[in-house]
Amino acid sequence: MPSGVPLIVFLTGNLGCKMAKLSLKNIKKSFGSTEVLKNISLDVEDGEFISLVGQSGCGKSTLLRIIAGLEAQDAGDILIDGAPMNGREPKDRNIAMVFQDYALYPHMSVGENMSMPLIMARLPMHARLPGIRHFTPAHRREKPGIDADVEKVAKQLRIEHLLQRKPAQLSGGQRQRVALGRALVRNPKVFLMDEPLSNLDAKLRVEVRSEITELHASSGLTFIYVTHDQTEAMTMSDRVALMQDGAFLQVGAPNDLYANPANIDVAKFIGSPEINMIKGAVTSDQVSIGNVALPIALDAPFNGAVQIGIRPEAITINGVPGLAFANQSERTIQMSFNKRLVEDLGPEVLIHGALAVEPNRSIRIRAQKSQNYGERELFASTSQLDVQIDPSSLLFFDPSGKRISSKLKIPTHNNPVELVGAA
Amino acid sequence: MSAMASLMQSKQTRLAYMLVMPAAVLILVIYILPIIIVFFVSLTDYSLVSDYYEFVGMENYEKMFSDEAFGNALVNTLIYAAIFLPAAFIVSLVLAIAIQEQKQFRSVLEVLFFLPVTSTLAAMAIVWAALMDSGQGVINHVIVSIGLEKINFLGSEDLVLFSLAIISLWSIIGFNMVLFLAGLTSIPQNLYEAAAIDGASHPIDKFFRVTWPMLGPTTMFVAVTTSITAFKLFDTVAIVTQGGPDHASEVFLYLAFLEGFEYFNMGYSSALSLFFLCIIFTFALVQAFFADRNVQY
Amino acid sequence: MSDIAISSSPTIPRWLSRLKPKSVGGAITTCILFLGAWVMVFPFIWMISSSVKPTDEVYDSDFTIIPKTFKGFENYYNVMFEQPYLMFILNSMIVCTGILAVQLLTAIPAAYALAKLKFRGSTILFGTVIACLTIPINVTSIPIYVGLVKVGLLDTYISMMFPFFISVFAIFLFRQFFKGFPDSIIQAARVDGFSEIEIILRLILPSAVPAIAAFSVFSFVAHWNDLYWPLIVVQSQDKMTATLSIMQYQSDFGTDHGRIFASATVVTMPMVIAFLFARRLFIRGITMTGVKG
Repeated sequence: MPSGVPLIVFLTGNLGCKMAKLSLKNIKKSFGSTEVLKNISLDVEDGEFISLVGQSGCGKSTLLRIIAGLEAQDAGDILIDGAPMNGREPKDRNIAMVFQDYALYPHMSVGENMSMPLIMARLPMHARLPGIRHFTPAHRREKPGIDADVEKVAKQLRIEHLLQRKPAQLSGGQRQRVALGRALVRNPKVFLMDEPLSNLDAKLRVEVRSEITELHASSGLTFIYVTHDQTEAMTMSDRVALMQDGAFLQVGAPNDLYANPANIDVAKFIGSPEINMIKGAVTSDQVSIGNVALPIALDAPFNGAVQIGIRPEAITINGVPGLAFANQSERTIQMSFNKRLVEDLGPEVLIHGALAVEPNRSIRIRAQKSQNYGERELFASTSQLDVQIDPSSLLFFDPSGKRISSKLKIPTHNNPVELVGAA
Repeated sequence: MSAMASLMQSKQTRLAYMLVMPAAVLILVIYILPIIIVFFVSLTDYSLVSDYYEFVGMENYEKMFSDEAFGNALVNTLIYAAIFLPAAFIVSLVLAIAIQEQKQFRSVLEVLFFLPVTSTLAAMAIVWAALMDSGQGVINHVIVSIGLEKINFLGSEDLVLFSLAIISLWSIIGFNMVLFLAGLTSIPQNLYEAAAIDGASHPIDKFFRVTWPMLGPTTMFVAVTTSITAFKLFDTVAIVTQGGPDHASEVFLYLAFLEGFEYFNMGYSSALSLFFLCIIFTFALVQAFFADRNVQY
Repeated sequence: MSDIAISSSPTIPRWLSRLKPKSVGGAITTCILFLGAWVMVFPFIWMISSSVKPTDEVYDSDFTIIPKTFKGFENYYNVMFEQPYLMFILNSMIVCTGILAVQLLTAIPAAYALAKLKFRGSTILFGTVIACLTIPINVTSIPIYVGLVKVGLLDTYISMMFPFFISVFAIFLFRQFFKGFPDSIIQAARVDGFSEIEIILRLILPSAVPAIAAFSVFSFVAHWNDLYWPLIVVQSQDKMTATLSIMQYQSDFGTDHGRIFASATVVTMPMVIAFLFARRLFIRGITMTGVKG
C-alpha cells in the first residue's frame, strides 16, 4: 500500500441528504455492582465528529457499544433523528462500527468481508444458506449489485487490488482500510469507531488519523470516535467528551478543554506534555506562590490552598538564544528555575527542572527552536535559569480539583511582579 | 573462546544423548522393531503353536482379500462407522453450541455429559447389555409401555451394529463435545459483534457465517479422531457380543484379535494389523493435510 | 425527562437474548439438555441401583431406582471380600502407576533434550516420535506378545506394562510445552551457575506441573480402562486387572445379577469419583490427546 494516499472524497454522491442527530438521555449501565455509566446525556449534531476520550475503564467503550446496540443500557434512551433505538438490533440502527482489532472475518476474502453487510441487508434467508444460495433467484438478482457496490468502495479506499486476499495476508494499515470499507458499504448514518488506530505503528497512525479526518469531512457523516489518546481526540474532533469513572468530566471543543479545563483532571489529561502543577494559596483578593503574592480577582469568593496549573509552553526562558515561545508578550512573572535535564525533540526542546519556589515539584518547559538555537548555550548554561510566566495562562484549582475561575488583576507588561527576590 | 564454545557444545551434546537414550531405546524396542517384525511375520505362515514357519510371500494378503471373514469384518466396521460417525459428530456439535449458551448450568451439564468418557467402557458395556436386554431390559420396558414392539437390540443381526453404535455414542459424545466447546470458546467474541453490526444476527447466519468456518480446524480434528475411534471398536464387542450373532458384529479389530490370539494365526493376523495401520495412517495424513491448509488463518 | 428514562424498559436485542436467563427458548433448551444429561447418567444410576438389589429384582418389570429389598451390603461384601476384587483393583493400580512412572521418567528428559538442546539426530528422533504417534498398540501387539512369550515374561506385571513404558505422545506433548519455556530464563540460569540437571529439576519441572498432571490423568485413565492388552497377556487370576475381571466374571457370576453390577460399580467408580473431584484436570487430560482410549 503506497503510504500517504488520501482517503478520498467520495461519499457525498451516494449519501444524499441524511440527517443523523444522535441523542443520549440519562444512560445508565452497571456490570454487577460496578456502575460503569452514571447518567450519561449527550447530543451529537448531524455531521459532527465527537471523540469519547478517557483512560481505560472510564466507560467510553461501553457507551459506544450501547450506542451500537451490542450492549443494552440499564436505563435511559438512545435516539437517532428522534427515533428511539432502545431494543433495536445493531443492524436496524443505521450505524456502522470499526472495531479496535478490526474484527475482520479471517476465513473470508476482503471482498467477502466487505459484502457481508450488503448480503445480510439485501438477500432473504434462503438465499444466504450455504449450498443452495447460488441457485436462488434472489442471489442471482442481487449479487452483481452487491459486487459493484463493494468494488466502488474498494476503489475509493484504494484496496480494489486486495479484494481476493484473506485478512491474514494484509498489513495492519490494509486491514484498517478493509474494516473502514466494510463499515462504509452499508451507507450508515452514524459511524462508530472503537480505538481504530491503536493497533497501528506510530507513523501509520498519524497518516490514518488525517485520512479519517478527511473521510469525515468528505462524507458528512456523524462520527463517534473512542480513544484513550488525547492527541487523537484533540486533532480530529469537532468536540471532545472527556470521560472518567462513567461520567463526562467536560464536553467541548478541543481548544475549550485545553484552555478552560473544568477541573484538574481535565487539565492533566489534555495537553502533552502534561500541565505543570505548583502549590499556592488564595485569599480573597490575592494569590501567593511561595512567599510572593499576586493580586487576583475571583469570580466567586475563595480562601485557602490551591493548585496552580501552568502549561509547559506558558513559561519563557530568558538568556538562551534561539528559543521561541508562544505568545511572547505578557510574560511578566519572574521566577528562578533549576534546570535538570534537556530533551531535544528536533523542532522543539523540553527542559525539565523545578521552580525555586517549589524545588520538589518537577516542572517541564516546552520551547520551539528557531534558526539561531544555541544548543551549546542551553546545555552549557548553569543549572540556574531565569524564567517568566504568563500570568493570564495560570489555572487555579481548589483542593477538590475544581477550577476556580479568576482573572489576575494587575501584573501588566509595564509592571512586572518579581516573585523571586524576596527569598 | 571457540575451544571454550565447542567444549560447552560437546558437553551439552553428551547430556542430550544421555537424556534421550532411554526413550530412544524403548521406541526402538516397542515401536520400530515390532513394526519391522510385523511386516516380516505377515509374509510367513508363522503360528505360535509351532516354531516351524516358512515364507509364503503375499499369500496372507491374497488370503485376506478372498477371506469371507475379512470382507464381513470390513463391511461391519464400515456400517458401524456410517451409523456412528455422523451421529458422534452432529450430536456433539449441537450439544456444544447449546451448552455454550447456557450461563448457569454450563459446568454441571459439561460434567454430566463427560461422565461416560471417564468410566470404564468394559464395565459399562455389561450395564448397556442389561439395559438393552431383549426380554427384560429397561429400554424395552419403555418401548412396550408406549405401545411398541420389543426390540432385540443385541440379538438381531440387523440391529446389533446399530446398538453397538449407540453404546459407543454414549461413551464419546462428551469427549467430542468438550473438543467442540474448546473450539467455540476460541472464536473471538468480536466477530459475533461485527456480524451483529453487519446484520448477521439470526442464529442460522451466525452459525454459517462465523461459527462453522471458524470451527474449521476443530471440525477436522474431531472428524479424524472420531473416525479412528470408530475403527478401534473392540471393548464392547469383546464383552457384549463376542462378534455375534452369527458374526454380525465381528468388526475389524476383533477379527484381527481372534486370528492372532485365539487361533494363533500370527502371519495372517499381522497382515490384518498392517492393513489396519494403513487405514489409521490415511486418516492421519488427511488430518495433517488439512491442518496445513488451515494454517492460513 | 427522568421518568421517561425510568419507564422506558430497555429491551435486550434478540441476538443478545441468551444473556437473559429466563427466555422461553432458553428454558426449553435447558430442559432438553438436562433430559439428555439424564440419558447419559442413567446407566450409572441403573448400575448402582441394581448393584444393591437381589438378583430377581434387577430385571423386574417395574424398575425402581430405590430397591424394594436392599441387598447392597451382601452384594458388595461378596464382591470385595469373597471375590478377589481388592486384588484386581490393586493390580490395576500397580500397572497404571508403574506405566505412568516409567513414562514420565523416559519422556520428560527426552522431551527436554528435543526442545532445548542441540544434538545430531534430534530431527530424526522427533520425526520418529511423530510417526509413532499414529501406531496403535493393536498393530504391534503380535511381535511384542511373541517376544514376551519367548523371554518367559507372559502373565507378569512387566508384561502388562511393557508396551506402554514409552509414550511418544508424552514426548511430543512435553516437547511442545518445553519449547514454550523462554530460552532467556535457561540462559540466565546457566549464567547464575545452574548445571543442566539443576535447570531441568529446578526450573523446567516445576513449570511443567500442569502438563504433567494432565498427562498423568490421561495415562492413568487410559490404562485403567484398557481391556485389549491385559486380555492378551494376563492368564492367571492373580494378575487380572479390574477391567479385565469384568470379562471373566460376567460369565462366572452367571445369574447373580446384583453381584455383577456391584462388581461393575467397583471397577468403574474409582475413575468416575476421581473425575468428579478433579473435573477440570480430567477434562483437560483426557481431551488433550484427541484420541479416546
